[in-house]
Amino acid sequence: MTLGLLGRKKGMTQIFEEDGTIVPVTVLEVGPCTVIQRKEKKNDGYEALQLGFETAKPNRVSKPLKGHFGKKKVGFFRNLKEFRFASVNDFEVGQILSVIGFQTGDTVDVQGITKGRGFQGVMKKEGKHGGPDAHGSGFHRRPGSIGMRTWPGKVLKNMGMPGRMGGEKVMTTHLKVALVKPEENLLLLRGAVPGAREGLVIIYNKEKDFAGRYKQPEKKSEEVSSQG
Amino acid sequence: MNLVDRIEEAYLKKGAPNFRPGDTIKIFAKIREGEKERLQAFEGVVLRHRGGGTRETLTVRKVSYGVGVERIFPLHSPVIDHIEVVQKGKVRRARLYYLRKLSGRKARIEGQEQSEKTPSTPQTAS
Repeated sequence: MTLGLLGRKKGMTQIFEEDGTIVPVTVLEVGPCTVIQRKEKKNDGYEALQLGFETAKPNRVSKPLKGHFGKKKVGFFRNLKEFRFASVNDFEVGQILSVIGFQTGDTVDVQGITKGRGFQGVMKKEGKHGGPDAHGSGFHRRPGSIGMRTWPGKVLKNMGMPGRMGGEKVMTTHLKVALVKPEENLLLLRGAVPGAREGLVIIYNKEKDFAGRYKQPEKKSEEVSSQG
Repeated sequence: MNLVDRIEEAYLKKGAPNFRPGDTIKIFAKIREGEKERLQAFEGVVLRHRGGGTRETLTVRKVSYGVGVERIFPLHSPVIDHIEVVQKGKVRRARLYYLRKLSGRKARIEGQEQSEKTPSTPQTAS
């Protein structure tokens, strides 16, 4: 089972552990995400949850989506994303998933869209070495040879060439959760995450017991309501 | 307030004394020796004070047994117990790297003798 949530990158800083170790962290605002649709095996052929993140004004939502949201009656959202689950029985439409699905020490993967770098040469984009800067060298940052001779007689596929760099989907894997602040929907991860500040990120939690983390608070809220 | 600044605030050390480059300060750092924890003092001249938020650091230089020793302390690290200002020094630069090349009388900082007569009360960090 994997829990996925949507969030926004807020920036980076460093925090201290008790023994003085400095931990570089990325601050993410994660969720709350509302379950909009439950995809089940018998209807859809697979099990998944469709989550919505960040509410939208109804007039900002396209007509087809308006119909979709209207049927579910859980509000309108700016971002929708489907996450595959082994079983969606534990969740229901309208349920709100938040950062409490994460705990300090969990390993997560984060997907984001990297900063666009525009048209870049082969040294920055592909890591080629270029030529000497001085001593009369006329060969500085050029790509150099891109192939052999009559055999193979063609440029091999995936040859690194200058072109657009960045602005692509990248996933950083195995990031450790440094701190969770449920009251502010904040998640602090050790290390860097792709994308610019305020960029949309998708966080995947592969821990097995995260579903249980959502069950407990539900029970508590029931107790509170029964008492009141 | 910026969200990241707000997170950093929880880690900032409150009540650190005011000091500038050129001041002689005494830093008490926690040191673990096996099970025991004790304080170790490092006394020297502040060469540099840089950064903001949790990244604030200070470089302190002292001459120990004829050898110059510089240590960079993260100001807000929990390892630092407290800081005392021993002497205020009058300098005209923010980065006192020139002290590295000087020794003896030349390495002295003006304004120290005055404050020696009226030693500033050591302020203790909480």
